[in-house]
Amino acid sequence: MSSIALEQIPRAASMTTPTRRRRRKESVFAFVMRWCMVIALSTVFLAPVIFIGLTALMSNEQALTSQLWPQSWHWDNFVTVFQKAPLLTYFANTLLYASLSTVFMLVSSVPAAYAMARLRWRGRNLAFLAVLTMMMLPPQVTVVPVYVMWSHLGLTGSLWPLILPNLFGDAFSIFLLRQFLLTIPQDYADAARIDGCSEFKVMWRVILPMAKPGIAAAAMFSFFFAWNDYYGPLLYTSENPNQWTVSLGLANFRGLYQVQWNLTMAMTLLVMIPVVVVFFLAQKSFVEGVTLTGVKG
Amino acid sequence: MALALTARRAGPVPAPLRAKRRRDRLTVLAFLAPWLIGLSVFFIYPLVMTLYYSFTRFDLVTAPHWIGLRNYEFFLTKDPKVWQAVRNTAWLVVILVPARMIFGLGVSMVLTTVRRGGGLFRTLFYLPALAPPVAATLAFVFMFNPETGPVNVGLAKIGIQGPLWFNDPAWAKPALVLLGLWGIGDLMIIFLASLLDVPKDQYEAAALDGVRPWQRFRYITFPNIRPVLTFGAVTGVIAALQYFTEASVAATVASGKANVGEGIGTTLGYPDGSTLTYPQWLFVKGFSDYALGYASALAVLLFAVSVIFTVILLRKAQAFTPTEESLR
Repeated sequence: MSSIALEQIPRAASMTTPTRRRRRKESVFAFVMRWCMVIALSTVFLAPVIFIGLTALMSNEQALTSQLWPQSWHWDNFVTVFQKAPLLTYFANTLLYASLSTVFMLVSSVPAAYAMARLRWRGRNLAFLAVLTMMMLPPQVTVVPVYVMWSHLGLTGSLWPLILPNLFGDAFSIFLLRQFLLTIPQDYADAARIDGCSEFKVMWRVILPMAKPGIAAAAMFSFFFAWNDYYGPLLYTSENPNQWTVSLGLANFRGLYQVQWNLTMAMTLLVMIPVVVVFFLAQKSFVEGVTLTGVKG
Repeated sequence: MALALTARRAGPVPAPLRAKRRRDRLTVLAFLAPWLIGLSVFFIYPLVMTLYYSFTRFDLVTAPHWIGLRNYEFFLTKDPKVWQAVRNTAWLVVILVPARMIFGLGVSMVLTTVRRGGGLFRTLFYLPALAPPVAATLAFVFMFNPETGPVNVGLAKIGIQGPLWFNDPAWAKPALVLLGLWGIGDLMIIFLASLLDVPKDQYEAAALDGVRPWQRFRYITFPNIRPVLTFGAVTGVIAALQYFTEASVAATVASGKANVGEGIGTTLGYPDGSTLTYPQWLFVKGFSDYALGYASALAVLLFAVSVIFTVILLRKAQAFTPTEESLR
């Protein structure tokens, strides 16, 4: 599997260096070109976040003008947002949705991925094909009967229809975990089996400790998916604002509560921040995880 | 799906071994049990029911009433908006997906040439992909505000009259493409990993032969990364078929109304139906109008299209399974 560590990037430079002589001749021009492009791209990727940040700190009047730099710094906007909309409720709901989903997903998907990656049985490839199919098909294909099911159980209007299915395996997480588990050498497990460990013990004591980065990546994907999800909460909770998530609250903030761009941007920033913080805490395993979702090159 | 867990037999098997095999089968079954329930309850059963509902009139209150092919007939001849939704989704498949592929490949190729600070720039370029789609869309609607947004202000400074972007039927989808390019990070990481996996000796050999950059890309880089490009294209198409959040939020915010308070059907597609995608129409029909039978018919057609792309990807599934070596 083509997993890359962060340090590997700097060494991958030989593509632009055909021979030493030509390299020296090209180097000034290539150097300038390269850095122009890198700086231009950095600007493009950063600019929206900077605009959000600056606007979030403006006064309401100034946010409606075309000025870019705040005349006075309104840090109180970040407090005002919490008074204008039940933001704490949104955050609590989202946190509940994201963390329960993640825990449930791990409980159900890790064993399934383990069976598909580490155990030998007939139908294993077929089961993996089923996982891939579930992962690829748009959720809209099955949304009507699933909605009807939850409505018969009286759970529409809450986030449970989005949380509970995680108890029964999540296709993308199984896929990701399986890809990671395949990269762990078989010898350790064999040694443990010869020592008479049960298969569950082999998984729990031997393989899972080595699979921590993969599990962390799958957990983060699951958490981010729930945190960012808009379709699911819109489908099940749009009639019941007490259950709204941050995405749903944010999408309706401008229309329902305000037309103030400064407050809207302050809330936008507040919704983005937790994701960025989690990302920086576990950057390495996350990037490895993204890489694992690609196929072998 | 048949999950026959029996081992193939070659002649009579001694009793202790048989017992072990049965234990092994039970172990596998225990590991898989939750997922097997999920597969049946949340996938196979709903697939079958979607097909059934598509032949009925169903509003969630009364029992489904069989009406044969009438939902499909309505789709083909009477639905006023569905073809616009089909066209918009097709537009996204044809424009958004290739644009993301090219931009993603370009950005990752630039990153391979950066020696110092590569990790920093990779993180920087990746981060927008993590931004919650609703937040990113709001930011873009603000930035592309026709009068006061920084984009048009900047364009005006260099003497260009910017378009109305999210308020102009002709420019709303291109603005969504720009939003899609901003969040290129996930595709970029996958492309980058595969670019770095291209064997270096091939480049070195090419350099000795004095191969030009374009030829180097065409004959060395491209064949090596082709599986990943296919993967990116197919998953991109499938994502485009589901395109919902960004279009729906952009329409809501740019129109200045709240979708929940005033009914989701009123703002979707703003301006002028130009951002109405197929899944959004399915959503309106199913969960705003509660025409669940008709929504199921729409879902069956979505299934038919996405299954084509899923099969393309599954046929490349060998690429997902470098398994036997690692399992020995």
